[in-house]
Parts: sequence; C-alpha cells; structure tokens
Amino acid sequence: MWIYEKKLQYPVRVGKCDIRMARYLSEQYGGADGELAAALRYMNQRYTIPDKVIGVLNDISTEEFAHLEMIATMIYKLTKDASVCELEEAGLGPHFAAHDHALFYNNASGVPYTTAYIQAKGDPLADLYEDIAAEEKARATYQWLIDMTDDGFKEAVQIIIDDRNQNSIPWHYIE
Amino acid sequence: MESQLRRYTPFRGPFDPCPPVPFKTYVVPPNQFITFQPPDLPQFSLQEALKYGTLWPALFSPYESKCKGGGK
Repeated sequence: MWIYEKKLQYPVRVGKCDIRMARYLSEQYGGADGELAAALRYMNQRYTIPDKVIGVLNDISTEEFAHLEMIATMIYKLTKDASVCELEEAGLGPHFAAHDHALFYNNASGVPYTTAYIQAKGDPLADLYEDIAAEEKARATYQWLIDMTDDGFKEAVQIIIDDRNQNSIPWHYIE
Repeated sequence: MESQLRRYTPFRGPFDPCPPVPFKTYVVPPNQFITFQPPDLPQFSLQEALKYGTLWPALFSPYESKCKGGGK
C-alpha cells in the first residue's frame, strides 16, 4: 500500500529545447541500469531478504519510483511539443513509428525493457551486491548524461545521483 | 471526414522548454459507431471501392500526414 503525493520528489526544470536529450534520458527510464530496473529489483528482492533490511529495500524501491517519475517528466517535457520532423532529427523517428509521442520503457537505443536486466538470487549477499553494483552503474550513466547536456535539469539529476550514493553504502545493509 | 477528427488542447506548463503545440488530434473512425451491418447500406462502385479501400462510403476513413510532405 502506498500513499501518493501529487508532486515530484524534486522539481524538474528543463530550460533548453534539446529533444536529443529525451532519447538519451530514456536510458535511465527503461534501460538496464535505469530507474525502472532499480525499482522493480528492490521491490522484488524485498521478500526474501533478512528481516532487518526488508524495510530499507522497500523504501529504496519507493524512492526509485519517485526518480522514475522525475525522468519521465524530463522526457515528456522535451518531447511533448516536438513535431514529427523534430523527433526524426533527434533520432527518435523509430520511437515515433511505434509510440507516437507516448513515453515507453526502452533504452536510448530503443531496446524495450526486459526483466532479464535484473536478478533475485535469494542469497542476501549476492542480492545486495547486485543492488550496489546497479547503483554505481546508474550513477555512471547519469554522469555520462550530464556530460552530454548543459541544461538546468542537471540539478535534478544531481539529486538523483546523491540518492544513488546513499543507496550504495554497504553498512546500511551489512553488519 | 472532419467529423472523424477529435481535437484537444494538451497540458501546457509555465516552464515548458519547447514552443507549445496549439492542439493535438486523433481519429475516431466510423466503424466505432456501426455495431451491426444495416440493411441496404449504400455501396461504392467496384472501381471506387478499390480506390477507397472499403465497399461502403459510411466506413471510409482517410488519414492525412500531420507532417506536410511526409517526414522532412
């Protein structure tokens, strides 16, 4: 059971009409190391992890969904007013062919999301190390995204990176 | 045909990065409203039917490119 707050975890301000970034940001939407993968991974591992960290995984998963919503907002803002021609120029022609202006869970190359991206091994150490590895991969991806833009939404991305780093401090889980 | 076109104004935020589109459109084709085949429904001639892709004018639903000239 969740309670939904009708606002973003951190406000997203996109200042530059750079449709190209919408395509790259989808790596964090439906990519292997994206927010959807993270949210689903934590939410699922939660059941078979020792009692002590169930709550942590549940909280982190919830936060990943909040991040997912922020990324979705960025992509939506960048694409909602784009013409077909502008989408094509930004490399989103194949996306338009399948989805019009709709958002979809695929990565920057257009590959649709699959649960094969995530794992639940049942072994607490294996699962937690996978989680931490995923956090670092997501952080790296966000850094490369920042490298590709000079827009103001970097601030929101930085907030997500900070959350990432919080989630990959091993002593949060292991004693 | 105009009657098959629905038009709505999408959400416009105060801080949208790109110039806003005035409206969006989508098509609701006539088959949505014909739940069974009425008797004596007017038909196209065979030549016309080939051209329009349907035997019945009542089911004709054309679509025009939103990007004039198609793509770039």
